[in-house]
Amino acid sequence: MRETEFAIVGAGPAGLSAAIEAARAGVQVTLIDENDKPGGQLFKQIHKFFGSKEHYAGVRGIDIGVQLLHEVETCGVEVMLNAVVWGIFADHTLGIIHDHKNLHLKAKKILLATGASENALAFPGWTLPGVMGAGAIQTLVNIHRVLPGRRVLMVGSGNVGLIVSYQLLQAGAEVVAVLEAMPKIGGYGVHASKLRRHGVPILTSTTIKEARGKGKVEEAITIGLDEHWREIPGTEKAYQVDVICLALGLTPLSELAWMAGCQFDYIPQLGGHIPVHDANMETTVNGIYVAGDVSGIEEASTAMEEGKLAGIAVAEALGYLSAAEAACKKEVVLRRLDELRSGPFGGVRKQAKEQLHQQRCSQ
Amino acid sequence: MRVEEHPILGEMKKPNVVEIEVDGEIIPAIEGEPIAAALLAAGKSIFRYTRKRNEPRGVFCAIGRCTDCMMVVDGIPNVRTCVTPVRAGMKIQTQHGLGEFGGPLS
Ligand code: FES
Repeated sequence: MRETEFAIVGAGPAGLSAAIEAARAGVQVTLIDENDKPGGQLFKQIHKFFGSKEHYAGVRGIDIGVQLLHEVETCGVEVMLNAVVWGIFADHTLGIIHDHKNLHLKAKKILLATGASENALAFPGWTLPGVMGAGAIQTLVNIHRVLPGRRVLMVGSGNVGLIVSYQLLQAGAEVVAVLEAMPKIGGYGVHASKLRRHGVPILTSTTIKEARGKGKVEEAITIGLDEHWREIPGTEKAYQVDVICLALGLTPLSELAWMAGCQFDYIPQLGGHIPVHDANMETTVNGIYVAGDVSGIEEASTAMEEGKLAGIAVAEALGYLSAAEAACKKEVVLRRLDELRSGPFGGVRKQAKEQLHQQRCSQ
Repeated sequence: MRVEEHPILGEMKKPNVVEIEVDGEIIPAIEGEPIAAALLAAGKSIFRYTRKRNEPRGVFCAIGRCTDCMMVVDGIPNVRTCVTPVRAGMKIQTQHGLGEFGGPLS
């Protein structure tokens, strides 16, 4: 069996940031990812980030990704790619399939930075080729530069739906409309107004009823909803489209945390069942940490800060940082997290996070 | 369709174009890109048919999670084409049901 001091599952923004922070303090880090490249979903984020200067505001996700990868390379982190973590055992051992072979890795501390998966919606015709997740579109268009269609109907007006709609326009596609089942737009006004300026209608209290087509999407039928979410007969509309894009939020990928026996809490504002964790990002299972979307759906910017927190906490717990050094580093990160979690959108997440921390403390 | 020009990403870097065979037809693809990207760029949308109801499926998540995009690649069924990179001369077949081992090899 192989051994390491700190195993990190997931090389997205949270995992990369944790790896850098811990490795800089001297911790031996093994960073594991199932993909053939590190970076998680950062490289499809070609829009500019919000937040303060320290927070990469105005920098595009793709550029942040390049920077993080460079840092990981220079600080001696062992990166294991094409490696699927299939199990986690009581003695901090991970079961990993790497290059078609099974191996076990025992770690003193483990960080689960597994991210999230996209929510889908079942409606007649939703399995037709041409119905896709918003993440799929981002991957195809922004990384591989392939447009899967010319005319797109977007379902969901959260930030992802709005941003991906705009990115579709940038790539030369047409977005016929953005649907929102709620009575008001889900995402930031800045993103919504950019779309409106391009003449893309955002239809609130409206949802998708059906996808039609022979072998692939050719037509989408939408329908209006009343205040009780009931379909209003007679409000159906047909759109000729070849892609229906689903941007309906994310759910934490928390299988490993369940397997490890972490305690969970159901917090809808954070995307569902979330592993309870403290301000160090440590779960209810000693030595197992979470960071990024798996610890509550937020943004890449918050994921990076959470990753840093976990990295600092692990370095401290392993004796590479004194309590005073760690406290000082954490304070800086916590201040940034606070900034990121301000305003009407961030405030809700801040409250939810505090609820989780309190649970952990009361144990 | 390929996005040749892009306001943020700029012009496409000169790619290494190779050929792959899809259901007996030769199509151009970029070495290293996911097979699924090459197929979508070539206008192919049906990647497999389901076992029970013979329904068509195509790309859904594009990051290897949903298995909707599985095809027979070089004689191996159930290959997720959205996370499998293109190599010159690959032979790819639309998958029916669970697929079968064998078929054309590159
Ligand atoms: S499209 Fe989901 S696994 Fe390939």
